[in-house]
Amino acid sequence: MGPALSRVALADGEAQGHFDPMIRLPPPKPEILARRDGILADLGRLLPEDAVIGEAIRLRPYETDGLSAYRQMPLAVTLPRTTEEVAAVLRYCHANGIRVVPRGAGTSLSGGALPLEDAVVIGLMRMNRILEVNYDDRFAVVEAGVTNIGITKAVEGDGFFYAPDPSSQLACMIGGNVMMNSGGAHCLKYGVTANNLLGLTFVTIEGEVVRIGGQHLDAAGYDWLGLITGSEGQLGMVTEVTVRILRSPEGARAMLAAFSSVEVAGQAVDAIIGAGVIPVALEFMDKPCIHACEAFAHAGYPLDAEAVLIIEVEGSLAEQDMLLNRIKEICDRFEPISMKLAESAEQSLAIWKGRKGAFGAVGRISPDYLCMDGTIPTGELPHVLKRIGEMSAHYGLGVANVFHAGDGNLHPLIMFDANDAESFRKAEAFGADILRLCVEVGGCLTGEHGVGVEKRDLMVAQFTPRELALQRAVKSAFDPGWLLNPAKVFPLEGNEALAA
Amino acid sequence: MSAALDKVTAPDTEEGVAEAVRAALAAREPLAVEGRGTKRAMLRPVQAARTLSTRALTGITLYRPTELVISARAGTPVAEIEAALAEKNQMLIAEPPDLRALFGAEEGATLGGVVGANLSGPRRITGGAMRDHVLGIRAVSGEGEVFRSGGRVLKNVTGLDLCKLLTGAYGTLGVLTEVTLKVQPAGEATGTLAVRVPDLAEGIAVLSAALSSPFGVSGAALLPEGHAPLGLDGPVALVRIEDFAESVTYRLGRLRAALSCFGEVSMLEGAPSRAAWRAVRDAVPLGAAPEGAVWRISVAPSRAPGVCAALREAFPARLLLDWGGGLVWVSGPATAEAHAAVMAAAAVAGGTFTLFRAPEALSAAVAVLPEEPAPLAAIGGRVKSVLDPAGILNPGRMRAGA
Ligand SMILES: Cc1cc2nc3c(=O)[nH]c(=O)nc-3n(C[C@H](O)[C@H](O)[C@H](O)COP(=O)(O)OP(=O)(O)OC[C@H]3O[C@@H](n4cnc5c(N)ncnc54)[C@H](O)[C@@H]3O)c2cc1C
Ligand SMILES: Cc1cc2nc3c(=O)[nH]c(=O)nc-3n(C[C@H](O)[C@H](O)[C@H](O)COP(=O)(O)OP(=O)(O)OC[C@H]3O[C@@H](n4cnc5c(N)ncnc54)[C@H](O)[C@@H]3O)c2cc1C
Repeated sequence: MGPALSRVALADGEAQGHFDPMIRLPPPKPEILARRDGILADLGRLLPEDAVIGEAIRLRPYETDGLSAYRQMPLAVTLPRTTEEVAAVLRYCHANGIRVVPRGAGTSLSGGALPLEDAVVIGLMRMNRILEVNYDDRFAVVEAGVTNIGITKAVEGDGFFYAPDPSSQLACMIGGNVMMNSGGAHCLKYGVTANNLLGLTFVTIEGEVVRIGGQHLDAAGYDWLGLITGSEGQLGMVTEVTVRILRSPEGARAMLAAFSSVEVAGQAVDAIIGAGVIPVALEFMDKPCIHACEAFAHAGYPLDAEAVLIIEVEGSLAEQDMLLNRIKEICDRFEPISMKLAESAEQSLAIWKGRKGAFGAVGRISPDYLCMDGTIPTGELPHVLKRIGEMSAHYGLGVANVFHAGDGNLHPLIMFDANDAESFRKAEAFGADILRLCVEVGGCLTGEHGVGVEKRDLMVAQFTPRELALQRAVKSAFDPGWLLNPAKVFPLEGNEALAA
Repeated sequence: MSAALDKVTAPDTEEGVAEAVRAALAAREPLAVEGRGTKRAMLRPVQAARTLSTRALTGITLYRPTELVISARAGTPVAEIEAALAEKNQMLIAEPPDLRALFGAEEGATLGGVVGANLSGPRRITGGAMRDHVLGIRAVSGEGEVFRSGGRVLKNVTGLDLCKLLTGAYGTLGVLTEVTLKVQPAGEATGTLAVRVPDLAEGIAVLSAALSSPFGVSGAALLPEGHAPLGLDGPVALVRIEDFAESVTYRLGRLRAALSCFGEVSMLEGAPSRAAWRAVRDAVPLGAAPEGAVWRISVAPSRAPGVCAALREAFPARLLLDWGGGLVWVSGPATAEAHAAVMAAAAVAGGTFTLFRAPEALSAAVAVLPEEPAPLAAIGGRVKSVLDPAGILNPGRMRAGA
């Protein structure tokens, strides 16, 4: 994610640049590249003039996403304003065998929105209208390019909010959230994107517009809404989303508990959940992370701690006191080094300040870092952190761990130097080892950032060849020609649909 | 569908299930897939010479209370899972119904059955549906191959989520052999407010007010006909809180004050509250006649009074509303006319319907689910041929000829 890093994603067979390409993209279709001018002209007829981009300088902002290690200029970018325009572009691309890469805000950390040389990017940032807010039935209908925070902003004046809150919420868009099934710090209580949706306007690769779900809870028939959510742009495009909105709680407050070992902090987490308390957030930071955050935010984190828990509860003041005291009593059994219960909203913010700035804090002590995203059974945390420590020594690269402790989602931040090709290669290998370890202990490759290009080739660690073939076949049922965001999610190896 | 007993295969291993499917495939013989067959009367009858039952595939295979996950083989009775959870003060979040009492049946549901049918109870309104809590599955495809999707951790976005596809597919896309669910601590205490309302529109307004409050309501139902065993005269709106005892007391107090402007409010605590919600969950207040038909309609809650009025106009409908009004249980005569009225009312309100139970004469003759738009139906057909290329799993269960 370091801005200094620039690495070109090369297509098979293309001359190699300064670094060895780490990611392979399928060979571009020569006939499409050859027709580039004609395609731009056709798109210009389908869409308003300002909605088609072909000049290199204006394509540049679209060459990468949140995984900025990889870059690839697309054939063209289109910025439709309506569902009909999206359908028109898809219909045209389908008829002409042109690949498409859907794009929201481009904050994907797995390279999900990375363009292909022969692909048209369809960016939805201009579809940014809130279409309807209904408090009686507690839903909002928004276009796919509305930002995550934009939904909450539209309803918070009336005491409501949209629950999933990825850290990228100022920028990322609801269409991207749907396609990545994004989570957030509060998903332990409120669930991820999939659990907060009612309906979609979906456009197939053929350019057919279908409404899936609506304003009601249960679909009759196959659960298309569930299948499409988290499908990373493989099955079709989403142009409108109906989300559930919830009434905000009366209040919320955080506490911090510091422990002398990772094991003990893990036991405290188990004891809290075992006692039937589900906090809205339950975050874990290891020592390197505590130090990075403290140097950055001066939040008052104890530097002698091996692990810190940040725990947030909701309710009236009396309920917050009741819950925080229960949690404090539980933590007391594990001999914490220190505990701090916020007594005000300001103190809560101070406790959160370090954690919220964790990525930036690590960015200050290392020129670049990779943000990993595996999930493990929470009981495996001590073992996994020990192994990550050993790997860190082996690769000679630092790592700081933030962990959504309630749901097992681990974010190791691997520090490296992007100006050193060897350092980047090691960081990628280190990251892959961590994800394989997650699978080995019963977890998975990705808890919320998606597979994208980043983890595509690791899918074989989690699925059998037949299971992958089955998933590919389900994609083919939606997109027989593999025009939609190809080269993501599934390993290229053994994929006949993408063979040259 | 009355499969002769010797035509029922009930393997006690996953490999046995796979073998049975492969044998059926080789013989080109369709299979009726079921757990204990208790929902045979749901949707459409399956025309199959043989039945493959997962009833012998039983047992909890993993339970980690502190990780909030439980896994069990598909034939495990739901009651057994609920009992294991209760020992650790935990619960199935979606509160799946147990409809035995209503239908006079002896055996209870299996895990594969409630997941296959995506059946959720009252807690669905704020806690999510069965499908929201299916973390992982193992299943046998129509080609007799075992495959997995998801896993045993709470957060997982690795690959296409086939768990969602198989949940609610009524056994038409694969035979579930094992399911992993997210579970939750059961509230320490529970209490219910019962608000007497003059009509359904006012009842929906009560539920909407409660669900728009910051008090974490976990059940919101409307009983048009009341429920005599609990001393509830209809129409009555029910609002539930489940949490730590201090919270339940506090929130019921606040809600009571907020809802008293709608009508007379009474309070049910502990056992009577639990009994009320068990009745709602299992559709007891619907009072469906055994020979009649039962539908479920899913709509935006504010559309429910209109749906109810249209149905009452068309036939002597009995009604029960759950999910803040978003789920309308309907019972009435098992006639094509009544079914047409249900279809029309759901369509006008922008919602969906399911012919939940009906004599075969009706369920085999009508669409038991709404038509899908043509592009989706085409995709659905292709997805079916990916997972069950020969079409041997539960043919005709959801739609005629599919
Ligand atoms: C600093 C930072 C913090 C982050 N924190 C979190 C976090 O806490 N939790 C979390 O889950 N994620 C997090 N992310 C990852 C990222 O923000 C999410 O994955 C987000 O949902 C992506 O949204 P987007 O609009 O940027 O989508 P993009 O990155 O543009 O696209 C994401 C994927 O969806 C596809 N797509 C986008 N829009 C559509 C559409 N309308 N139709 C079809 N396909 C589409 C794209 O092709 C791509 O595959 C973080 C990222 C950053 C940079
Ligand atoms: C209309 C109606 C009638 C009812 N009648 C009865 C009754 O007569 N007797 C009774 O005891 N209860 C009955 N019930 C109560 C209730 O349905 C059951 O308690 C329970 O939910 C059914 O579970 P099951 O395991 O028997 O499901 P089943 O009926 O066996 O299965 C339900 C659906 O799930 C699919 N399925 C089952 N197992 C699998 C699997 N392993 N993999 C994939 N798909 C699978 C089936 O193909 C079927 O489509 C009825 C309920 C309703 C709504």
